Amino acid sequence: MTTPEKTTPQAIASEEYKYGWTTEVESETAPPGLSEEVIRWIAAKKNEPDWLLEWRLKAFHHFERLLREERTPEWAMIHYPPIDYQDIIYWSAPKAKVELGSLDEVDQEILDTFTKLGIPIEEQKRLSGVAVDAVFDSVSIATTAKDTLAKHGVIFSSFSEAVQEHPELVKKYLGSVVPYSDNFYAALNAAVFSDGSFVYIPKGVRCPLELSTYFRINAAGTGQFERTLLIAEEGAYVSYLEGCSAPMRDENQLHAAVVELVAMDNAEIKYATVQNWYPGDEEGKGGIYNFVTKRGACRGVASKISWTQVETGSAITWKYPSVILQGDDSIGEFYSVALTKAHQQADTGTKMIHLGKNTSSTIMSKGIAAGHGSNAYRGLVQIMPNAANAKNYTQCDSLLIGDRSAAHTVPYIEVRNNSSSVEHEASTSKVSDDQVFYCQQRGLSGEDARSLIINGFCKEVFRRLPMEFAVEANRLLEVNLEGAIG
Amino acid sequence: MLDIQGLHATVGGTEILKGVDLRVAAGETHAIMGPNGSGKSTLAYVLAGRPGYEVTQGTVTFDGKDMLAMPVEERARAGLFLSFQSPIEIPGVRLDHFLRAGYNETRKAAGEAEFDVLKFDRLIKEKVGVVNMDYAFTKRFVNQGFSGGERKRNEVLQMAVLEPKLAILDEVDSGLDVDALREVAEGINSLRSPDRALILVTHYQRVLSYVVPDRVHVLAGGRFVAEGGKELALEIESRGYDGLVGGTGASG
Repeated sequence: MTTPEKTTPQAIASEEYKYGWTTEVESETAPPGLSEEVIRWIAAKKNEPDWLLEWRLKAFHHFERLLREERTPEWAMIHYPPIDYQDIIYWSAPKAKVELGSLDEVDQEILDTFTKLGIPIEEQKRLSGVAVDAVFDSVSIATTAKDTLAKHGVIFSSFSEAVQEHPELVKKYLGSVVPYSDNFYAALNAAVFSDGSFVYIPKGVRCPLELSTYFRINAAGTGQFERTLLIAEEGAYVSYLEGCSAPMRDENQLHAAVVELVAMDNAEIKYATVQNWYPGDEEGKGGIYNFVTKRGACRGVASKISWTQVETGSAITWKYPSVILQGDDSIGEFYSVALTKAHQQADTGTKMIHLGKNTSSTIMSKGIAAGHGSNAYRGLVQIMPNAANAKNYTQCDSLLIGDRSAAHTVPYIEVRNNSSSVEHEASTSKVSDDQVFYCQQRGLSGEDARSLIINGFCKEVFRRLPMEFAVEANRLLEVNLEGAIG
Repeated sequence: MLDIQGLHATVGGTEILKGVDLRVAAGETHAIMGPNGSGKSTLAYVLAGRPGYEVTQGTVTFDGKDMLAMPVEERARAGLFLSFQSPIEIPGVRLDHFLRAGYNETRKAAGEAEFDVLKFDRLIKEKVGVVNMDYAFTKRFVNQGFSGGERKRNEVLQMAVLEPKLAILDEVDSGLDVDALREVAEGINSLRSPDRALILVTHYQRVLSYVVPDRVHVLAGGRFVAEGGKELALEIESRGYDGLVGGTGASG
């Protein structure tokens, strides 16, 4: 006799979040909590040079002071219970049977994990035209296509490896765009950061492959604190994409990353993110707290940095990918789609800091709020006295679905010279019944009609993504909205 | 093909249709005329299944099926097309993508293979000629930035692509100048066939001198009050609705 299968809440949620499974793998973890001892433990684990340990410790003392003085950032439109920083494991890695380095030595379970996530890293299964760095909890598992890239002088490796192999580059640029004292979460990251990617494109090189990093949180009770550093020398070009996911858990997990980009004269960096961390269940239980600092410095003349983000996951998203437009004629761009459904909260936007002459920036933000979701655009456009003839164009559109969702727009505009121009456009709309009826009259189902309309709303951002990922982003939005509308 | 019997419908609790009977056979073109507020557009929307338009009594059979039991998209896939009086904008959605999605749903429902991008592109290139529309329009976002005339041409283009069994054209001539009207009407005429029925919903006779109907029905106060051949439209043109329907519109 069989008992009828019960549908658990997890089972229902997993239909919506298909990346919610865990990989059974033996892990080695740091002792829980945050202390000088833990930081020394992490640095020793990674065999780091003294200068890096000292930098970590400075960051830790700074963070401790902020914590003691209760200087957690309170200004964002997000609500969550206080985080107990002593109740988090700051480092966790699968136990290596032997030293990592070759794929043959990587646990099959972990290779399978990435294959299942659609990011195959084994030679014969790789995506063509894309080099991948796969990060599992606190360590990089493998970086593909390194040989091809090396032929062009491109360095694409895990951050840990870069510290060992190219310490002079890491030392020169680490913290040069986001210093450890930048903000609360940047200080925490600088103290405990584990792995992430390191990219260096030499002078005049157009990176022959799309570079991509996939971040996977697997272990329970841990946070992920990766750090990415990307440098494009004079005349270099690179397109980079990161993706991420995590298992479904009832507890909240912390993700506090830092990304630093540096573009020299005439260099161009395109940085895209498809963020799909576990968002929590329908009632708002569980999910990733995503507190991220991303910033690019256009150091050279006519350099260009472009951020594109599709944020569909996380219980809380707090991130403001920014550009410091230092070189004359440099260009900064920010294209964003942020979706919040169920009880997700997002406070996201950008900062465009114009320092150089003739600098220009474009901001395009598309916020979609469904269910009880709350979605805020927060942006700063700052034009300094020397930034003659600077230009900014900002467009913020919000789309509300249902009558319990909320959208906010919080633009800060500061212009300190009189030769610059700033334009700001904002709109809030709903998916109208007339639009849905029109689509249905042409044969589309109501669900397809809504997703078509929503994809249309996001079009200007999606078209900035590399082709394969634009398709993925479209699909992600559909999956994420199933059941959220109706 | 279409059989409407004793149809009553309300909008926002107010009864607009008060007992409508109509039979349309394949190959026929019918005109439904009537003064403002007579319920012409309501009838069109009720047939298409627009939410908020509630049928309280009566039956509608389409190709032998109980149409009122079908959701909007199923009616569309079964071959019912409504040309909107005010076509809707869908920002960011390209017309060809929009139309291919609807077209493929219709094919799927009929058990036919879907058209890929290239095959559909060939089809749409052929169909733009029907309404003398620039092919470049199909790459623009649905109705966004289209003039009134362009929107109407676009509706007829969609009809040409979807090849419905029954097309209801709601005020297809509104907003068109004489030249545009002639072109749109030529497009509609080229789509007339022995397998297809048309219902033109219109206030004015003007479009009917280009698309000549087999039957003309006059709707007033939610009921048909007169019926005749194409000459009835001309009579309305000269006498006005008041002269024709007298006080009947106010009854009920």
